[in-house]
Amino acid sequence: MTTATLPDTHADEGGPGWIRRNRMTLAPLLFLLPGAIFFIAYVILPILQSFQISFFRWDGLGEPEFVGLANYQELSTDRAFEVSLWNNLKWLVLYLLAIPGGLFIALFLNQTVAGIRIYKSLFFFPFVISQVVVGLVFTWFYDPTFGLLNTLLEGIGISPINVLGDPTLATYGVIIAGLWPQIAYCMILYLTGLNAVDPEQIEAARLDGAKGLRMLWHVILPQLRPATFIAFVVTIIGALRSFDLISIMTNGGPFGSTRVLSFYMFEKALSEYGFRMGYGAAIAVVLFLIMLVFIAYFLWSMWRQERGH
Amino acid sequence: MFPRPIETQPRATQITYQSLIPVALLLWLAPLIAVAIFSIKPDTDFTSGNYWGWPAEFEGFANYGKVFFESDMPRYLMNSVLITVPTVIGAVALSAMTGFALGVYKFRGNLWIFFMFVAGNFVPFQILMVPVRDLTLDLGLYNTKTGLVLFHIAFQTGFCTLFMRNFIRALPFELIEAARVEGVAEWRIFWFIVLPLMKPAIAALSVLVFTFIWNDYFWAVVLTQGAESQPVTAGITSFNAQYRAAYHLMSAGSIVAALPPVAMFFLMQRHFIAGLTLGAVK
Amino acid sequence: MLRTTLTAAAALSLAAGAVHAQDSELSGTLTIFSDMSNPAPRAVMEDMAARFGEMHPDLEIELTIIDREAYKTQIRNFLTANPPDVANWYAANRMAPYVDAGLFEDVSDLWAEPEIADNLASTKGALTLDGKQWGVPYTYYQWGVYYREDIYEELGLEEPQDWETFKSNCQTMLDSGVKCFTVGTKFLWTAAGWFDYLNMRTNGYDFHMQLTQGEVEWTDERVRQTFANWRELIDMGAFIDNHQSYSWQEALPFMVNGEAAAYLMGNFAVAPMREAGLSDDQLDFYQFPAINPDVELAEDAPTDTFHIPSGAENKEAAREFLRFVVSAENQTQINSGDGLGQLPVNSQSSVDDDEMLNQGFEMLSSNAPGGIAQFFDRDAPAEMASVAMEGFQEFMVFPDNLEDILGRLEQARQRIY
Repeated sequence: MTTATLPDTHADEGGPGWIRRNRMTLAPLLFLLPGAIFFIAYVILPILQSFQISFFRWDGLGEPEFVGLANYQELSTDRAFEVSLWNNLKWLVLYLLAIPGGLFIALFLNQTVAGIRIYKSLFFFPFVISQVVVGLVFTWFYDPTFGLLNTLLEGIGISPINVLGDPTLATYGVIIAGLWPQIAYCMILYLTGLNAVDPEQIEAARLDGAKGLRMLWHVILPQLRPATFIAFVVTIIGALRSFDLISIMTNGGPFGSTRVLSFYMFEKALSEYGFRMGYGAAIAVVLFLIMLVFIAYFLWSMWRQERGH
Repeated sequence: MFPRPIETQPRATQITYQSLIPVALLLWLAPLIAVAIFSIKPDTDFTSGNYWGWPAEFEGFANYGKVFFESDMPRYLMNSVLITVPTVIGAVALSAMTGFALGVYKFRGNLWIFFMFVAGNFVPFQILMVPVRDLTLDLGLYNTKTGLVLFHIAFQTGFCTLFMRNFIRALPFELIEAARVEGVAEWRIFWFIVLPLMKPAIAALSVLVFTFIWNDYFWAVVLTQGAESQPVTAGITSFNAQYRAAYHLMSAGSIVAALPPVAMFFLMQRHFIAGLTLGAVK
Repeated sequence: MLRTTLTAAAALSLAAGAVHAQDSELSGTLTIFSDMSNPAPRAVMEDMAARFGEMHPDLEIELTIIDREAYKTQIRNFLTANPPDVANWYAANRMAPYVDAGLFEDVSDLWAEPEIADNLASTKGALTLDGKQWGVPYTYYQWGVYYREDIYEELGLEEPQDWETFKSNCQTMLDSGVKCFTVGTKFLWTAAGWFDYLNMRTNGYDFHMQLTQGEVEWTDERVRQTFANWRELIDMGAFIDNHQSYSWQEALPFMVNGEAAAYLMGNFAVAPMREAGLSDDQLDFYQFPAINPDVELAEDAPTDTFHIPSGAENKEAAREFLRFVVSAENQTQINSGDGLGQLPVNSQSSVDDDEMLNQGFEMLSSNAPGGIAQFFDRDAPAEMASVAMEGFQEFMVFPDNLEDILGRLEQARQRIY
């Protein structure tokens, strides 16, 4: 920003035309315009509109009616909302297990034996597959009558459990399904990160007698910080956006115990019995505000990085 | 290298490791393998309770034949292609330009605009649901592939801009400077100098966006409704509703739906990983 | 067919006044959005469109069939964005959001035509909101207990006529290791079927209607009695385990395999049961027995309907299509065993000679003095239905939570109505 005058020194040499003189202003503007218009129309404005809609009672069909903060007041006494909020918290915390999980597998696979590349790709597989399919696969895995899980449990003499039918277990069951692709994602981040770890530092640390967990903690992890940061970002986003798996595996049930905010808002606004756009928007706003904490943190770290340049 | 290379370990450890990997992989992919086996089973296996055993006979052709010739799956697949490909092209094109603008020019608010794209990309997209649905309805694009494509392009532009801008920043700026001294027009600098250098970024983003969009379910449900416009992720749920409890067909359908991004990943693995790990190593 | 065409044309000219000549033909395009996506209904719908097209060669018919489940959420989008000329939906309160928003066309004029007024009188109430009619019915079907005749015979059981026998039968089955009822409550509405019957048998049709209309508190002693009766069955272990994990289709195999002996369901369950291999000797039907002898028997018989969106472009052709749909001949044909396998609404139609349909028709026309309800999620407003059905499911799994559930439902009732 301090060098804004620098391009101008060339600009005047080109000729008298207005376009030429202003090209260093015009060019970025024109390059930005199409993308920015799209982005503003489809992302930025809708966020503001959602805030607006959340102050209305609106069934999506007739005329909206302004109700002020009524939707938010209702949220504060809505038990289903409370359950969703708690579940979001569970998702946030447990989803972060994908980071150590991914690191563990990455360390396990970070070797150079024959065929390791194929193994690495195959381990990454779950991430490429649609969550719809992942959800289906895990629903069958948990199925109380024929599921593999219960077949295995019976094999070792434990009575069968209906994971997705039990309100205390169902959310965890869905989260585990979500962890599967997420661990694969974190694994790939760490595998790349491990490639770039400075071998000299490792050797030096080895000479100092560091090994195993100590080495990991004091030498390797600090060098993996960029990978960890990205893994953290994508995992948090993934956790707060979780929708597909819940919709496929439990449809929010049993009796609403697996709802999260993103699912609940869809349910209230657009599902079979949902006609409450305003209330749905209010839920989305809450979700957005939670996310805002993280967004602010991400932007702040990026900003620091930019300053460092 | 960390952990210590296995070659330097005793022979026994090496053998243990080598035999452990396939076992771990089998466990890791067990759910998928099960579905693959489901998809070649005859339906009698399911009525007779033989869920997890070996297929009584190979019915793969019959099952996949049903999926391809007796259901709407081919249409859904086609829709997915017609949604995914334009989105990839659109998002990459727009973000190459925005990335260029934000990465090369220094102007007031540059960083703020950049942050707007980044922040928008992190937003829980459910907050966009109601307004975007209304917007699409107002444009007369509800239940069309175009409506879905336009939204996807817009949303993916956020992520792609982040990627492109950082990539362009890492390019040698002297090249651009030199061209400017020569009096080359800005759009020519973009087209003839920067764009060729961005090929790796474009490849990486294309593969990545392809996978994201192909696997999108939420927006497909919100913005489209029938076989004439829905992509395969949403189609598979109506396919499954039609064949509920016909596990062999549901499995075959799922595999068909999952295959294109998997193929994409294997063909373009290097770019894919480059895209995903953006910034993971600095 | 010819007769229908003539009557229809005559009626049309009556309705349209003198502007149209007697032989005026329909032209343009008629777009139909239908939710009849299961194989048999799909064939019926396609056939109806084809036959209507033959009758009106100048009319181009565009039929779009949408997945039945997806349709329920998508109707509101296309009604506002790109309304077809004709659309499927359901009767009673399920129409309310669209009627209130002015998205359905008032078709009271059709109902004034004698052909319709006389022959469809039985369902007029279900299509009426605010004193006007908003669509026409094409089919309805009975609910009741479908059971494994062979298992009942083996255990020496009879179709129960009263609550005590109902329970003792169930105990006998449980003692021999068979569950009394299969049910899949993952998508909630199946549990509402149980609630409807238990409540109508315990407190009667009028009370049930008051409750679904929001006029009675959910914490009312009479509602508690309904749940107490339900609880007797739950405590016996009458229902299959893990029902909260299954859709209604996924619950079918329990009955087919003989692990459960009966299913409280709508008649649409018969086709997949037969398809799965149950023969007519194995499958039979009985009316849900009386619980409280002081209330008259009432039944659930949901009516499926056709409507004209108010944004339709070819309303003339749409009205003609509605007349065609409700005609006695067409109703006989589409509801036959080869078609929907359900009951025609037109009183001049004949019911297909099918064991289940005969029993259902008999029951609804002569043994349902209490009244005929649509179904919980059609009688109650959408939001109340969704909250309540979730409560029903929870109750079936954790009956001890009843107080909590009723408190929640009451809270919802006070807010919604």
